[in-house]
Amino acid sequence: MYARGLIGLAVILSIGSFTNAASAASADDFKAAFAKAEAANKQAGDLKNQWTTTAQQLKAAQAEAAAGDYDVAVTDAQQAEALANASIAQAKEQAAAWKQAVVH
Amino acid sequence: MRRALLLAMATLALAAPPVFAADTTNPQADFRAFRKYFTERFPKVPLNDFVNGPYSMDAGLRKQWEEIDAFPPYQFAVDKGKQMFDTPFANGKTYADCFPNKGIGIRQNYPYFDSKSGEVITLDVALNQCREANGEKPFDYNKDDMAALTAYMAFTSRGKPFAIEIPDDPRALAAYEKGKEYFYTRRGQLNFSCASCHVQNPGGHLRTEVLAPALGIVAALPIYRSEWGGMGTTSRRLTSCNSQVRAAPLKPEDPSYRDVEYFLSYMSNGLPVSGPGARP
Repeated sequence: MYARGLIGLAVILSIGSFTNAASAASADDFKAAFAKAEAANKQAGDLKNQWTTTAQQLKAAQAEAAAGDYDVAVTDAQQAEALANASIAQAKEQAAAWKQAVVH
Repeated sequence: MRRALLLAMATLALAAPPVFAADTTNPQADFRAFRKYFTERFPKVPLNDFVNGPYSMDAGLRKQWEEIDAFPPYQFAVDKGKQMFDTPFANGKTYADCFPNKGIGIRQNYPYFDSKSGEVITLDVALNQCREANGEKPFDYNKDDMAALTAYMAFTSRGKPFAIEIPDDPRALAAYEKGKEYFYTRRGQLNFSCASCHVQNPGGHLRTEVLAPALGIVAALPIYRSEWGGMGTTSRRLTSCNSQVRAAPLKPEDPSYRDVEYFLSYMSNGLPVSGPGARP
């Protein structure tokens, strides 16, 4: 009886922690993360160096947010921002590095 | 003593090669280096055969192509293009009225630098300019009607050597240099440049594809591509390449695409037009 009570408590606690984890991120968190990712991707666009994977990640983030899963949506948006920043870094590095590949 | 030292320094400065030499745009020097690179790397490939792209690199693929070319998959596009070319616009004029030599046998002169607009004008852009000047809507740059028209115009130019000119105009040189930069710049999540495949690895494989050499790579365009199940223009080829390396493609006939076509076409000078072509 005592054991069953403990198990029940554990189940309740685990459900509670799951619920807490699922709602850790809010719509505002998503909006902020998404705005940062979009800004970085726009900067990549100005450099004519956007990646298709950034756009895919942004789209996935929007879909997750629309479904109400803000945790995944924020993670997707952060990944999109990281991809966009990598494309910006690539463009800046290649601005001079392309010359090393020229056939002489 | 001090004057002697200054004189010695000045002499050394004059004798030393200018530090900006490597950065100076010199299309003729690029052309010589480009040609030397490919002909030395592939000494058994006849110069004019480079226009056949992957078939110049792989004997097995070449045999398949020769069989396919008995019934060329681009023939429908050539026939359609001729019909379109000969059909007057609503105002009674035709494409022939827009081009030198009435548009026949002129593919080898495109793209050219237009000193009025300060832009590189590809054959595709010139065709849409012609349409708009005659009150017609422009075609999509990627396939279908545009591919058919350019297929016909390339067909009438087969065997004619590319004769791309870079006029003595700083804007033309800048466009050429931008095209060269685009060609050698790595992009996309896979971090590939056009040169990664077509200069550093021609004849190599990307999955089942044999990579074409950059020398003469524009000569067969437009192409029927089995992968596409249809015809595609230069724009379609460039956007497809971008997507393959996970770079977001630019708009068809974006100035950057025009510039890279200008650069590659200049590198093809003297090689024969072989378009329209067929590719796996």
